[in-house]
Amino acid sequence: MRAQHLITYPRNLHPGAWWLWALGLAAAASRTQNPVPLLLILVVTGFVVAARKSDAPWAKSYGAFLKLALIIIAIRIVFQAVLSSGSQGPTVLVTLPELPVPGSTGIKLGGVISLEAVLRAFYEGLQLATILCCVGAANSLGSARRLLRSVPGALYEVGVACVIALTFAPQLVTDAARVRSAHRLRGHSSRGFGSLKRLAMPVLEGALERSVELAAAMDSRGYGRTTDETRVSRRLTGALVFGGLLGICIGVYGLLSGTSVSWMGLPMLVAGCLLGAVGMSVGGRRTGRTKYRPDPWAAPEWLVTGCGLAAAVTMFVSVETDPTSLFLVSVTAVPPVPLLACAGILLCLLPAVLAPPLPRSTATKATGAAELVGVAR
Amino acid sequence: MIRFDHVSLTYADALKSRAPVLRDVNLSIPEGELCLVIGRTGSGKTTLLRAINGLVPHFSGGTLSGRVVVNGRDTKDHRPRDLADVVGFVGQDPLSGFVTDTVEDELAYGMESLGLPPDVMRRRVEETLDLLGLAELRNRPLTDLSAGQQQRVAIGSVLTTHPRVLVLDEPTSALDPLAAEEVLATMQRLVHDLGLTVVLAEHRLERVVQYADRVVLVPGDGRPVRDGPPTSIMQDSPIAPPVVELGRVVGWRPLPLSVRDARRRADPVRAQLAGLEAPARPSAHGAAGNEAEALSPVALTEQLVAGYNNVPVLKGISTSLRPGEVVALMGRNGSGKSTLLKTLVGMKRPTSGQIRVDGRAPATLRPSQLLRHVGLVPQVPADLLYAHTVALECEQADRDAAVSAGTTLGIFERLSPDVPAGQHPRDLSEGQRLTLALAIILAARPALVLLDEPTRGLDYTAKHRLVEILHDLAREGRCVVLATHDVELVAEVASRVLVIADGELVADGPTADIVVSSPAFAPQVAKILSPQRWLTPTDVATALAEVTEVTQL
Repeated sequence: MRAQHLITYPRNLHPGAWWLWALGLAAAASRTQNPVPLLLILVVTGFVVAARKSDAPWAKSYGAFLKLALIIIAIRIVFQAVLSSGSQGPTVLVTLPELPVPGSTGIKLGGVISLEAVLRAFYEGLQLATILCCVGAANSLGSARRLLRSVPGALYEVGVACVIALTFAPQLVTDAARVRSAHRLRGHSSRGFGSLKRLAMPVLEGALERSVELAAAMDSRGYGRTTDETRVSRRLTGALVFGGLLGICIGVYGLLSGTSVSWMGLPMLVAGCLLGAVGMSVGGRRTGRTKYRPDPWAAPEWLVTGCGLAAAVTMFVSVETDPTSLFLVSVTAVPPVPLLACAGILLCLLPAVLAPPLPRSTATKATGAAELVGVAR
Repeated sequence: MIRFDHVSLTYADALKSRAPVLRDVNLSIPEGELCLVIGRTGSGKTTLLRAINGLVPHFSGGTLSGRVVVNGRDTKDHRPRDLADVVGFVGQDPLSGFVTDTVEDELAYGMESLGLPPDVMRRRVEETLDLLGLAELRNRPLTDLSAGQQQRVAIGSVLTTHPRVLVLDEPTSALDPLAAEEVLATMQRLVHDLGLTVVLAEHRLERVVQYADRVVLVPGDGRPVRDGPPTSIMQDSPIAPPVVELGRVVGWRPLPLSVRDARRRADPVRAQLAGLEAPARPSAHGAAGNEAEALSPVALTEQLVAGYNNVPVLKGISTSLRPGEVVALMGRNGSGKSTLLKTLVGMKRPTSGQIRVDGRAPATLRPSQLLRHVGLVPQVPADLLYAHTVALECEQADRDAAVSAGTTLGIFERLSPDVPAGQHPRDLSEGQRLTLALAIILAARPALVLLDEPTRGLDYTAKHRLVEILHDLAREGRCVVLATHDVELVAEVASRVLVIADGELVADGPTADIVVSSPAFAPQVAKILSPQRWLTPTDVATALAEVTEVTQL
């Protein structure tokens, strides 16, 4: 057996596996507003991130996503409980002074705030927040950049464009900060509409110049040299991939919404995946590119993906067999515990062990020093 | 290896006149040569280099007549990507040419595009990492590297496709001396160990001319492109490093190209110059010594500490800057030069200690007041520019400084004559853009003028012009501070040198005292004539002229 099949052999797990695991959890979260499984999902993602995140800069993004999630819940409660008249129930918590609003708009300012409205807003916000945290976990466990490296050949150009955008965005921020501080030197304050225009000119011009430079560099390094394609094959690939993506989108929508007609769900998803796969393989054949050290996809990747899939499947099965435990009859009642779904979610804790440990980086110290120098500059 | 056959190139540009950039270039560079392309900014050096791998005209547009043949391939039928396995091209700014984000991936990128098998890629990446001394950086993000390391990665990333020709556009112009040394050592190794043909353009001739086997001079004013061995081209080249200028002054034949060559022949000159005094620098209102001490300082720092997030960059700097001085701020990258300039201009608040500029604390001044006391030309002068034309830019500066209309344009025309006021600031040359930024700063008549790395991308002519301008400013009674790595500029212009290391002031004194004995900061002339204290070829020329006059009498 090769070493990468061992769960104890230190290496970076394929970022795709992390994303599939997180998407499985997110899919599960999207089918319920019961706070028990939702909070369980939050705990699971937090635990696995804590166990397996690297010391790379993007690994800290889970915290940022968590903060964003809390803000979403707060906004949701404020808008629904304080400003909406439709969702109030009988249990009055407080009565605020009310501003009269012309009738039948469904909007109010102040007035009665009921426990039902607050709880319902909290549960709905919690669902959105949980999905967001799943994305945050995927982002901090598997680098989006490394994920883009393993896009199939047919999507290579799109992948390159994304990588370049990811590089340019932080560069733009640095440029903007530098130009802003230069405003002071010309006696301008760095606020107001005028300063925005003065900021945009040099920053955008700089970005444009860099793009042209980059294009020249890529051309002289052989970009696009081996693509030997005819118009027909290019169109065919485009149509197949696009059709496949459309099918996948409709299928996912059908599955997650749970209310639409049956052909929109699983059949559409499968058809879309097949179409996309054909498109990828046709398109992949035309690029003569090779890949340097592709990330391996071995046993741990399958296990981690399987856990995510298990969470999604158990949740979907529970929704079919035992809907009352996932949709609350009354928001004020104590939420029931859906056993099957919770078991599936708890299975997602396993990647904390199943994913191989990270290799100890020897360059950490040097990087730290380099950062200091960067700051000093 | 590379042959130019009656090559002419005209850009189809509506704004500029249709004069060809290159006219009837005939050139043949044999295998294994290190060929140096020199010429003034905008003379067509970059165009010549880009013609080698077909970026001109395939990428840039324009009409190319004649033939460029590289390793038997005509660039007419081969696009740059088809030459990627023969010519490795490294542009001016390595960072903007990087496609991936870590060192290892960047090295592999070119090979992936060529479709090389994975085991070949693995082997070549390892070989290249070792060849360029990048092994310990292999997993590092490219943005974390120092400028010299980035340049080496850029060279490595084109080497992995095993090209026969390496083309480099100003590989050391933006680097400090140490980083430049790294890159040049690498290049030497490639030429001598691998027999690679290297073609490079460079402004900083003092760094490279001694390594060149052939020099191509692109005059850029319609005269034909010339090439030949370095000593013969340097004889009458309009741009030359100080060692060559000294050789011309003294009349050495053949011309020395390195400090070593010159030093071995310098005994008679040293004897001739013995007992003469190098002309004193104008300092503090043109008078030396006591009077200067009496003048009240323009800027004063007392135990100044400043930094970022608990990391002090400046660790207790105490100094005073007086009117009429030109002060050079030297030190390696990250030593705190830029931070000191930022603190002086109030962009950064001191953590502790005192700072007074023109009697005020700069960080507390409102921007509209600030520009009357202190002005900074940033490292990228274009950051200050945002109007569509030079004229509009100057009008805005007049309003900002509340001076009569036309003041800024007047200053700019004095600094950089013959620039049409309707031109877009981005179309100006590097030197003209610097003088435009300087004119804007000077419009408000600040007492303290700061320049951060002013000579990046400046050729010798533009640099001489800058030296004159800075001398004029000092004569008007302003204090000029420039942070720079350029020891030759310091030798020409500075009256005083401050050396900063690790946030502390390690040396402070008149230029000659500081630089003559220092291996890192000594200009070429000082290295040749030490222990005598001469700094520039002009100084030596003046002194020698006096000596001959005296002997003739």
